[in-house]
Amino acid sequence: MPPPMPPLVEMTGITKTFLSVKALSNVDFRLLPGEVHVLFGENGAGKSTLISILSGVYKQTSGSLRIDGQEVELQSVHDAAKFGIGTVFQEFSLVPTLRVYENVYLGREPRRGLFLDRRAMIAGAQNLFDELDFEIDVRRPVSALSRAEQQMVEIAKAFLAKARVLILDEPTASLTEKETRKLFGFIARARAEGVGIIYISHRIQEFAEIADQISVLRDGRMIATVSAKETSEHALVELMTGRAIDQIYPEIARRTDGEIVLSLTDIVSAGVHGVSVDVRAGEVLGVAGLVGSGKSRLWRSVLGLQPIRAGRVILKGRDVTGKATRELLRGGVFYLPPDRKTEGLQLTATARDNIALSLLGRDDVSNRIGFISPRRSRELADGIAARVDVSPSYLNRSVSKLSGGNQQKVLFGKGFAKEHDIYIFDEPTVGVDMGTRSALYRLIKEIAEAGKAVVVVSSDLTEVMHLAHRLVVFSKGRIAAELTGAAISEENVLKHFFADTRVPA
Amino acid sequence: MTVSQGSPVLTETEAPKRNLVLAAIRGLFLRVGVLPFFLAATLVVFALVSAQFLSIQNLTNVARQSVYLVLVSLGQMLVLITGGFDLSVGTAIALTSVVSALAMVALVAAMPDLVWLAILLGAFAGFGAALLVGCLNGLGVAQFGVSPFIMTLGLQSIGAGIALFLTGGVPVSGLPFDFGNFFGFGRVFGVPVPVLFAIVAIIVMWLIMNRTIFGAHVYAVGGNLKAANLSGVNTRKVLFFAYALCALLASLAGVLMTARVESGETNLGGTIALESIAACVIAGVSLRGGIGRVENVVLGAFFIVLLQNGMNIAQIGSYLQMVLLGSLLVLAVILDQVRYRMLVGSR
Repeated sequence: MPPPMPPLVEMTGITKTFLSVKALSNVDFRLLPGEVHVLFGENGAGKSTLISILSGVYKQTSGSLRIDGQEVELQSVHDAAKFGIGTVFQEFSLVPTLRVYENVYLGREPRRGLFLDRRAMIAGAQNLFDELDFEIDVRRPVSALSRAEQQMVEIAKAFLAKARVLILDEPTASLTEKETRKLFGFIARARAEGVGIIYISHRIQEFAEIADQISVLRDGRMIATVSAKETSEHALVELMTGRAIDQIYPEIARRTDGEIVLSLTDIVSAGVHGVSVDVRAGEVLGVAGLVGSGKSRLWRSVLGLQPIRAGRVILKGRDVTGKATRELLRGGVFYLPPDRKTEGLQLTATARDNIALSLLGRDDVSNRIGFISPRRSRELADGIAARVDVSPSYLNRSVSKLSGGNQQKVLFGKGFAKEHDIYIFDEPTVGVDMGTRSALYRLIKEIAEAGKAVVVVSSDLTEVMHLAHRLVVFSKGRIAAELTGAAISEENVLKHFFADTRVPA
Repeated sequence: MTVSQGSPVLTETEAPKRNLVLAAIRGLFLRVGVLPFFLAATLVVFALVSAQFLSIQNLTNVARQSVYLVLVSLGQMLVLITGGFDLSVGTAIALTSVVSALAMVALVAAMPDLVWLAILLGAFAGFGAALLVGCLNGLGVAQFGVSPFIMTLGLQSIGAGIALFLTGGVPVSGLPFDFGNFFGFGRVFGVPVPVLFAIVAIIVMWLIMNRTIFGAHVYAVGGNLKAANLSGVNTRKVLFFAYALCALLASLAGVLMTARVESGETNLGGTIALESIAACVIAGVSLRGGIGRVENVVLGAFFIVLLQNGMNIAQIGSYLQMVLLGSLLVLAVILDQVRYRMLVGSR
């Protein structure tokens, strides 16, 4: 045990409710100086809410927060920074139109008299980057940087504030292995200097190397805090999900002789540099890769959401390269967009109307003279809602008021409004709890076993690995590997994640 | 490059040369936007139409006329960079004109010996009225999250209504002679007074945008509001002051225009909202916020006035001028979109 120093951060009985949804209930958390404390849990388990409270973005509904043994109330991020809490958010808090040094100093610009001291900003930022061993010209605009470079700017920004508590929200999600090494070296140095580090990550394999303590959150509750030395991957996953892995992921029967439904040849588009892949009926094609690897943009270009520069798209034997999105959808493609709020749902409409929207154009929703029959439309929509397990009491509510899990079910429901030949799910379970996930996985199983072609694009490695019959791994806009059956292992996939992904500095 | 006579090398270098020119044009377009092209086209076309157009006298005249639009455009730029816009600049001008004129007339009547004090106080009354409009805009947008479109459109109507109500629609006359004589027609060291005001305003705005924390924060708020907030920038304060300062700049233009017409008019600045937005957009200020430079905006405003001047010389009627100006604005926005796509695509 460490000496009886007061913990840097002590959160007691923290509860946070949004409207009527409880995001956190009665969570205790403490961070000691010089400790790397991992927060682990599903999307939506409450990790982000917890660190948002600690970094002053939200105020807790109840519970107390002590820093250095002093009870504090944080009014803003700025406030938190004054107490030495620096946060590197997952959604970057960078201004793309500004330069690196301007971003690093944003909110605490040095002054000389009335005016900004630009020279000091540039010199200070350059020093900081040299110290951190980050090779970035601080005068470049942030919009010209790669994601990894932007991440480094974020970290540098937190460090400039002389943070004693550093919160890193999935910092390695977009870093190459080399950059990850650098980051770890840097975390070790910071820890040696007594900085407390809260580290959020899904990559269990990183924990053994850097973590001291691991706290597991599930459904807004603190399940356990364990020492990193005394736990195992399996134990952590069970703590996180509350059940063993094989209970969540269904076994999906594979048809190996299905005809090719969608055939892509040498597709070139923004972020996609020559990709060929076939999708077969009765098979789940998994697509894995880092953010920005092109795994999502490939399908977006196929659907006509971003222009295809070269290559051919053959859908059921027909060349549909560069056709408008609606023609592909009419041709039998269902696309589940990765962001349900901006691309998937009509947020102000009811759950029922969202489903009914996809019914338009079906013969049986119209009456004899061709007008839409509200009654038929309603019956059909309710039938679909039952199939995707959305409770009837939710159907009349505006979809924006439903939980993420129910929203995602509604979005899935739109896929059942008509018959499709190929289902492309881009991040099918993002921000969704475990219970809903296993329900959604069963729907995917149903679809695949009905002989449809299924594509699952996901940043959740465990998810794609368990669902896919065949897994393609993207790296830098290309397919780095295609794995089948037993070859689909975490080790294999991760190896290809970083294939030739070095970002030029 | 050396020209090798009669050799095939000449024809070979011809193509890359043309590509070089094209690449230079492309680079210029990407860096500064459409303004240089519009400006060059205007200069060439109207210089061909009339020899008078490029005379020093005419250009000085354009410089003097453009003062008002320059001032308003600087304010408009500020608000555009935060990611909003201000449709109520015309109202700020009308209100300034009416209030300052009424105040001056009343004050001169009350203290006939202190004309200059009356003028000064009258001008400040005008500033105050416009500042109220700006503060309300700022409050609505920053504090209550009303969209800038609705907020400034609403105040546009409110302000115009008040100005009309105050005057009954009749211009306020009887302003002190010195007011118009100095602020409207006066010269110091041979430079028209309004131009001096504009020069000072340009310098101050340049310093604010490039050398102060407030300026840096304006760019940050427009570039990414959430990020600015997370970095500890008081985004509400920044937005509020942007709208207030915008109204104040319009108000300064309002006082100078009142001096020029020597009466308080409710119809001053009727088309200036459109013109100032056009000047900014043509000068490369992004409607998405975060991007825009003072020197370009000054040139953009100058361009609009130059164009109007050229059309007057070419005897194009004012109705057709409206058509042209509107088309130009839309064209500038289309080209801005193209430029944005090229910038993003080139990464």
